[in-house]
Amino acid sequence: MSTNTDATAYNEDVVKKFVLAAIFWGVVGFLAGDFIAWQLAFPALNLDLEWTTFGRLRPVHTSAVIFAFGGNILFCTSLYVVQRTCRASLFGGSGFGNFVFWNFQALIVVAALTYVLGFSQGQEYAEPEWWVDLWLTVIWVCYLMIFAGTIMKRKEPHIYVANWFYFAMILTVAMLHLGNNLAVPAGFFGGDWMKSYNIFGGVQNAMTQWWYGHNAVGFFLTAGFLGIMYYFVPKRAERPVYSYRLSIVHFWALIFLYIWAGPHHLHYTALPDWAQTLGATFSVMLWMPSWGGMINGLMTLSGAWDKLRTDPVMRFLVSSVAFYGMSTFEGPMMSVKAVNSLSHYTDWTIGHVHSGALGWVAFVSFGALYYLVPKLWGRKEVYSLKLVGLHFWVATIGIVLYITAMWISGIMQGLMWRAYDNLGFLQYSFIETVEAMHPYYVIRATGGLLFVLGALIMVYNFIKTIKGDVAEEAMQPSTAGAR
Amino acid sequence: MSVFKHHAKIETNVFFLAVGILLTVIVGGLVEVVPLFTIESTIEKVDGVRPYSPLEQAGRDIYVREGCYNCHSQMIRPFKDEVERYGHYSLAAESKYDHPFQWSSKRTGPDLARVGGKYTNDWHTRHLINPRDVVPESIMPGYPHLMRPLDTSKIAGNMTALSVVGVPYTAEQIKNAVANLKEQASPDATADSAVVQAYPKAKFGDFDGNPQVVSEMDALVAYLQVLGTMVDFTTVDHTKIQR
Repeated sequence: MSTNTDATAYNEDVVKKFVLAAIFWGVVGFLAGDFIAWQLAFPALNLDLEWTTFGRLRPVHTSAVIFAFGGNILFCTSLYVVQRTCRASLFGGSGFGNFVFWNFQALIVVAALTYVLGFSQGQEYAEPEWWVDLWLTVIWVCYLMIFAGTIMKRKEPHIYVANWFYFAMILTVAMLHLGNNLAVPAGFFGGDWMKSYNIFGGVQNAMTQWWYGHNAVGFFLTAGFLGIMYYFVPKRAERPVYSYRLSIVHFWALIFLYIWAGPHHLHYTALPDWAQTLGATFSVMLWMPSWGGMINGLMTLSGAWDKLRTDPVMRFLVSSVAFYGMSTFEGPMMSVKAVNSLSHYTDWTIGHVHSGALGWVAFVSFGALYYLVPKLWGRKEVYSLKLVGLHFWVATIGIVLYITAMWISGIMQGLMWRAYDNLGFLQYSFIETVEAMHPYYVIRATGGLLFVLGALIMVYNFIKTIKGDVAEEAMQPSTAGAR
Repeated sequence: MSVFKHHAKIETNVFFLAVGILLTVIVGGLVEVVPLFTIESTIEKVDGVRPYSPLEQAGRDIYVREGCYNCHSQMIRPFKDEVERYGHYSLAAESKYDHPFQWSSKRTGPDLARVGGKYTNDWHTRHLINPRDVVPESIMPGYPHLMRPLDTSKIAGNMTALSVVGVPYTAEQIKNAVANLKEQASPDATADSAVVQAYPKAKFGDFDGNPQVVSEMDALVAYLQVLGTMVDFTTVDHTKIQR
């Protein structure tokens, strides 16, 4: 890996913009999520307005955290990493980068507005209507050109492992996005211009949707973020990646196996059994490369474990990999049909998603941001490492509240649905199971609030860092020379 | 090991890397998706499943618009408790004209695959306006805005687009779309009305308690009332739908 000691002038301006956008959309997305969490506890918060119902706001939350926060994190880290590891400036220069930046931010705003106003394709994580999809396709192809073009300009003979993961993410997301959004706009046939119908219906549409939906997790939120792990963990630990061979096995096994796992979202549905069984089998196999990657990340700390005690940024990065290990064990377990018969349709799934999304995706993002912001703005270190530590604990407690509440409510829900009384009748009406969820929805929303609070601590820390302030605690002899 | 030595070729050439990635990620999808179009038993051969009437389809579009799938499934699994609670387990055939499918992945509220005929139109209307009026413990949002008039100007075009993606609407059904739609929501409709001839078993009448206006509520309730009612399971050959 190269450092900035060589003469290459990197395009950092556009990277900085993506960093700021990621922080902004992160807070927006977390807030939206917490708001809809409170709606489930207190339905009056739906406000009886068409624009603020849970049904319209939930896609705003999911798109804001996955595509706006996650997307900007992927843009900022990948464009930073690809320049450094290739010792090349961005292909197309900052003009091309800025084109992608502004179009992507505008697309986020427009997509969110369309959901709120009631335009939706009605497929999870693929809600944007056809013309937004086309716009995103153009942006994505430009991103691919910048990324691949920069690799082609590289002065290093080898393409660094983090870039394999980013590259696989970019290519596969392109394939998934096109495959799942094959829709006919009704406007061409005298119908509604803002409406389209997917060319697939029923069971085939279910399969293409979860082929897409599961791999939005597998590639957007996993492969791409593993790219972050492979650069920022070794950088921050100042240690090389544990095993080069494990990286190779991890990479190819992960991207091959992930694609097959989609049908585990359709267990016991009208999808044919053979497809369900394939999905379950590959999901269980997926456990192996997932943990291979986790081991590669964690073992990179060999000989540097003391940093966990001294460096709260490292704590974010390492905990994220630990959460990754936890949710990639839970996932294969839930894809076993017997377990899934209980967990499917319940909050357990929501808890599982959030242990991955908050614990893995957001934590590794926070770690990368705490590394990047001081670097990009020319500061020696973030304003206050103590506040980083505070952020870590506030967010961790939030996650623990969130996922334990969802485990309890999910498993309880599943058990109540299938409970019979002594006379052989179903023991609970559906609404009784809804009522039983209330305390857990309050705990979950409280956990979410802590997570938002943690993010706001980070925002404060970054404002101070960018302004150039240094907190009292950092005024020690070793860092007194900070710029 | 030599395998790892050869890897150098891939990791020093962005083109080889791209081809390698694409070949690797394309396999799973092809194996899982393509046979769903070629294996005949994927969609069961049962009678009764028909395209949605214009009013039902308009209601379905509202169901999608409001994101009902975020909390309600339309897929009953073949378990004793689910079949007792909701009715016969869902068949692939029952959603074959659903673009997009709305099986959903979450039951914050109950499954709706067979909600048709379980509640009265009046119950649905009151429930959608304010769920807590009829179910005090409900956490569902209220949808009072659905009482506004339904825009019927695009329905024929929307049905044409649906026919492009494979829903077998006839030219006549598309031509009569608006007339059929209004007739289905009219209090004067009978079992002999043209809309019921064109769309067997369609529920008709004034759904929302306001006969002057064909509202979005009329459309959504008409859709909910047809859900899961098209297949008559007393006449189905059960060897053909076994899983």
